[in-house]
Amino acid sequence: MDYVLNLFLIVITAIFVNNIVLAQFLGICPFLGVSKKIETASGMGLAVTAVLVVATLVTFIIQKYVLDVFGLGYLQTIVFILVIASLVQMIEIVLKHSMPSLYQALGVFLPLITTNCCILGVAILVIQKDYDLLQALIFSTSTAAGFWLAMVVFAGLREQMSLIETPKAMRGVPLALITAGLLAMAFMGFSGVDMGLRTFLGL
Amino acid sequence: MSKFKIILNGIVKENPTFVLLLGMCPTLGTTSSAINGLAMGLATMFVLMLSNLIISCLKNLIPDMVRIPSYIIIIASLVTMLQMLMQAYLPGIYTTLGLFIPLIVVNCIILGRAEAFAAKNSPLDSLCDGMGIGIGFSLALTLLGAVREILGTGVVFRSEDFGMSGITLQGENYGMLMFVLAPGAFLALGYLIALFNKFVIKK
Repeated sequence: MDYVLNLFLIVITAIFVNNIVLAQFLGICPFLGVSKKIETASGMGLAVTAVLVVATLVTFIIQKYVLDVFGLGYLQTIVFILVIASLVQMIEIVLKHSMPSLYQALGVFLPLITTNCCILGVAILVIQKDYDLLQALIFSTSTAAGFWLAMVVFAGLREQMSLIETPKAMRGVPLALITAGLLAMAFMGFSGVDMGLRTFLGL
Repeated sequence: MSKFKIILNGIVKENPTFVLLLGMCPTLGTTSSAINGLAMGLATMFVLMLSNLIISCLKNLIPDMVRIPSYIIIIASLVTMLQMLMQAYLPGIYTTLGLFIPLIVVNCIILGRAEAFAAKNSPLDSLCDGMGIGIGFSLALTLLGAVREILGTGVVFRSEDFGMSGITLQGENYGMLMFVLAPGAFLALGYLIALFNKFVIKK
């Protein structure tokens, strides 16, 4: 029972308390780059979700059954980035042939994801936090959900913002960063919720 | 172009943080104090100079089709070297910067300079370009870190990892803790870029 409650805590923490973009600063490039419209932001969020979950599982298995077994832990960075780069390529090929409509929607974003630091970041975090396979799956899924949530909320704000007259020097990225700062402040309201829940559930 | 001009170009005209807007994740994630920002900047500069030099030397040997994967492997090997060196000689700051050291691999500045500069110029020029961009990045991170540290704690250049007590600029009670936390990073960087646009680029 405690194990299930712990999984629930992982979900809440990853989405709200330690939001990957707004609290941990991973994946800022797509967050600022493709958040001008809600549709594209949502598409990017979905593409990241797909890659993040698959990449985390594959790198987890490689770490536990190859690197750890043969004592090659120092190769982690090189191996992980290669695995992620080839996975993105494979997902692109598979999607192109099996789900052309989804490929059309995500197409532009897929190659960009290789250099999205939240994929490599989460892959390394899972190893550092010493999760098991199910926890890794739940953690990566909810982190991706947190990324999607942040993207969509932020894109909604920016859509409204584009209609307003602003000083020339503030246009574009500076204003986007300040908006993100206010959004991060809103998400700070969740800080401590994880500890509270932990006490409430008696873990 | 003279070597000096190449270096200066990286610091002002193509400043990676304020003008090119690249490498936002470490910029926001590691600048909770000036020294942390400086350490992150220097670590990135180490990888950037060496990767520029090596890629420029090998530019005629690497086939065009596989150049991006080759660059990534070179960068990942350099980052692994950096990780080992820091673990051995600077364990304190290595733990503080944590996840962001392996994430130098996916820092778009490094791949961007490899593609935009090192693949077209001589090894010595590429080394200078790496140095210029590296100095520009370090200066920007130190500046952002200093602004956040002063507003957040009232002390600047304090670092427990290096045993530095820092310079006290205002009483402890006047610190706005928010600037050391996540929202402050977005807000401070947003306003710094706006100021840079206004007074240096004169938009």
